[in-house]
Amino acid sequence: MTEYLLILVSAVFVNNIVMVKILGLCPFMGVSKKLEAAIGMGAATTFVLTLASGSSYLINHYLLGPELSYLTTLSFIVVIAGIVQFTEMVVQKTSPMLYQVLGIYLPLITTNCAVLGIPLLNVQAKHNFMESIFFGMGGALGFTMVLVLFAAMRERMEGADVPVIFKGSAIAMVTAGLMSLSFMGFSGLIK
Amino acid sequence: MLSALLVMAAIAGVLGAVLGFAAIKFHTEGNPLVDKIDAILPQTQCGQCGFPGCKPYATAIASGEVTINKCPPGGEEGIQKLADLLGVDPIPFGSDTQTKPKSVAIIDENTCIGCTLCIQACPVDAIVGAAKQMHTVIAAECTGCELCIAPCPVDCISMEVIEEKITNWKWKYPVYALTSIEPASTAGAAQ
Repeated sequence: MTEYLLILVSAVFVNNIVMVKILGLCPFMGVSKKLEAAIGMGAATTFVLTLASGSSYLINHYLLGPELSYLTTLSFIVVIAGIVQFTEMVVQKTSPMLYQVLGIYLPLITTNCAVLGIPLLNVQAKHNFMESIFFGMGGALGFTMVLVLFAAMRERMEGADVPVIFKGSAIAMVTAGLMSLSFMGFSGLIK
Repeated sequence: MLSALLVMAAIAGVLGAVLGFAAIKFHTEGNPLVDKIDAILPQTQCGQCGFPGCKPYATAIASGEVTINKCPPGGEEGIQKLADLLGVDPIPFGSDTQTKPKSVAIIDENTCIGCTLCIQACPVDAIVGAAKQMHTVIAAECTGCELCIAPCPVDCISMEVIEEKITNWKWKYPVYALTSIEPASTAGAAQ
């Protein structure tokens, strides 16, 4: 149990997918203008990423094996796209309210490189099934946390007295860099 | 080579089957978003938005063709509700849409020839009468949409503003006009 907890903490803080691995930057910059949207995107990504890391482990372990490892990226992309599509259909039917919140962000997840990156990192780190799922969930929770924190900051920056040339994306980029620096402080938390 | 093809074909086949099954199992009739927007609109069917009724306007909002500030009967409160539902910023009424004071239609009963044209035009069935009989408006049902004025061949319908009396007065919704502040004065105000 401790090892799963360690994987979770390490994926959320120490190896944060956005701030340390620098993956999934497009939704990080794109969907962080409003807090509600950031929470919706985080929830959708968490769901898809947890499912995707589990199923991509199964595919890599049972279908591909060592001799077909060159198919990893290709098959993962196909599976992720399928899961996202399936999720969208189920959510639309079962909970129109959630579909309303996630709406446009669900299809966007297909092209989120963090969602492909985590299954590939799982393969690299030779995680087993449960470890893969926990790593996927941790990565997604870390993504959600950073996205929500960043959205909260951007909402405050809207009203801040920023020099004209730094307004908009420029100050957001600078802030993201500073956030990334501060996440470096977590390295060494888990030996 | 053959095994690679087989594996990819198997993944594609399984995903295709799952998605095809989901498309039938989780099929949703219509667009739930349109119904939600339609529920917020006041259902006066007055056509002041430029559409033939509330449902067509709701459909147009859902597909993103028009802005949410075209419904005077809904008022500022309606815009606020639509903005909350769609996750966009509320926008004030444009110069082409004006909010009118609440009013009811009055039929001049001496001039009315009983042609029933206004009865057919009324979206809320607030006009009673029969062919060659004098018509009259049920003031409590009238929404003040002015649709009955145009069809009347003898121009006997007029709009009468409902005056505020002790019996119908109620607290106004708080409306705050937002104005942009110059950056320099913001910094000064923050100190």
